[in-house]
Amino acid sequence: MADRTYEKQNPAFYALLVALVVMAIGPILMMLTTSLKLNVDIMSDSSSLLFMPTLRNYETALCDFLWYEAPHIDYCDKTFGRALVNSLIISLVSTVLTLVIGCMAAYALVRFRFMGRDAVSLSTLAMRMVPPAVLLVPVFGIWTFQFQIDGTRAGIILVYVAMNLPFVIWILQSFIVQVPIQLEEAARMDGAGPFQVFFLVVLPLIKPGLAAAAIFTFRVAWNEFLLANALADRNSRTVPVTIVNSITEFDIDWGVIMATGMLLAIPPIIFTFVASRQIITGMTAGAVKG
Amino acid sequence: MQSANVNRVTPYLFLAPAALVMAVALLYPIGYMIYASFLDWNPSQRIGEAEFVGLRNYINLLGDAAFRESFFVTLKFAAVVVSLEMVIGVGLALLLDRNIRGMSVLRTLFILPMMIAPIVVGLMWRYMYHPSVGVFNRTLKSLGLDPIPWLSDGSWAFASVVIADIWQWTPFIFILSLAALQSLPQSAMEAARIDGAMGWQQVLYIKLPLMMPVLIVTLLLRLIDAFKVLEVILVLTNGGPGLSTEILSLRISRTASEFRELGEAAAMSNYLLILLVILTFAMFAYNKAVEARTARLRKAAEEDI
Repeated sequence: MADRTYEKQNPAFYALLVALVVMAIGPILMMLTTSLKLNVDIMSDSSSLLFMPTLRNYETALCDFLWYEAPHIDYCDKTFGRALVNSLIISLVSTVLTLVIGCMAAYALVRFRFMGRDAVSLSTLAMRMVPPAVLLVPVFGIWTFQFQIDGTRAGIILVYVAMNLPFVIWILQSFIVQVPIQLEEAARMDGAGPFQVFFLVVLPLIKPGLAAAAIFTFRVAWNEFLLANALADRNSRTVPVTIVNSITEFDIDWGVIMATGMLLAIPPIIFTFVASRQIITGMTAGAVKG
Repeated sequence: MQSANVNRVTPYLFLAPAALVMAVALLYPIGYMIYASFLDWNPSQRIGEAEFVGLRNYINLLGDAAFRESFFVTLKFAAVVVSLEMVIGVGLALLLDRNIRGMSVLRTLFILPMMIAPIVVGLMWRYMYHPSVGVFNRTLKSLGLDPIPWLSDGSWAFASVVIADIWQWTPFIFILSLAALQSLPQSAMEAARIDGAMGWQQVLYIKLPLMMPVLIVTLLLRLIDAFKVLEVILVLTNGGPGLSTEILSLRISRTASEFRELGEAAAMSNYLLILLVILTFAMFAYNKAVEARTARLRKAAEEDI
């Protein structure tokens, strides 16, 4: 980047930038510092920046994964550890399923053109507009009385896959359109069947699109609360559900709850730093390119 | 002949799983909800045992002051939040659309608030709004000012919820408008500069009109999402104090889980859905109109040549 020239800006501009950055990540940093404090430090009136960082809150939250005895834990509450495992399984499985199913559908829609792009973008939009709250009643009723998969991870995964599919199909479609059809024809000449063409030629070429779609799907599944709350029982609760359950209690243990919040926030933060370009592509694809 | 057959079946094979999942877990529930909205149904009953009451749920809701209040709060929340976010987001994009070092780092930091769970966003704002340990009241106290009842007073609670949403979603508008700005044709900007347009004239007469299609789409996407906000408010205020922050999504979930009126919750969902259908339809119609207009202009331009 050394050869690119940058315009000189005046100091007020940089001051504005700094203020914006502080505003954007300030609350997140505050959550991080709070999660590293003892409750005594949280409640004390003294300066909020001078304190001894401690991992105790994390030890409390993750007590059943510790390989050593933490001296300050008398009773290990396994709720959060179990929820973390559930969240991981549910998010990963639903992401993989959505990508596989969505990819095939997007490919079919682009290459065999028996439905226009318009139909797909219309239905994507239609699905985007359905609030999860609207699905709450019917999904609860159907899952409980008809499919009888309430309280299982599979039930939650099924809703997430269905919720994410329209968006994934739509975004992957815009990437598949850009794959030159000559490549596929060449592969077909060499004797590849439709499935081989798809898996060996098309898939490797749309990796950036897959990355964007994967991040968005994982994020929805990882962060979702309402439907998980309605469908999950004690053994299939996800992390957002446990967090909400613990704040409705009268006395909030801020240190531990901020530690759990931080653990819930870490995967999306990592994704953002690793793949911000893909995320921005995914976000702008719809509005800017049309 | 066999390969021709395979080719004819393939698209359906590729589409079948997606179609099946969406039919079972998306379309069926929505149809089910429409049916359930005509029933007097509580969660311990199977749907077959519920009594059919026709339009009673819908009529009851229209006469229910709490529902009307909550509908009004939803509209107010969406309108306030979206207009503030549009002004701030587009303004920032216009300001920051410069060739500076570290722009990509900046954008990465700005999308963080959107990526983390709404539950967590609610959690950290609730901590900051905390009456005694929260950072806002601590700052006020150290300045010698009175503490503000951020979440315990009706109008402050509404403002607090709006502030948290602005923090979370302004970056969305910022990113989209910045992308729009950076894809503007350089020739138009050049021509304006040569004609002697000042900075704000360029913004007003060149940049904003050229960005308009993207801005409209952004506005409508954000508007649709503003009606779906639920978790942040749930964690911050749980709809209270009173009904001051009880948006429709929250009321639906409370009607279903606390009041155990599934039929009424379904009818409420339908009202919300109708509202959103109208919005989405407006967005799609607008898109089509713009496309048609550009096509017509292009055709006219080509005929001139």
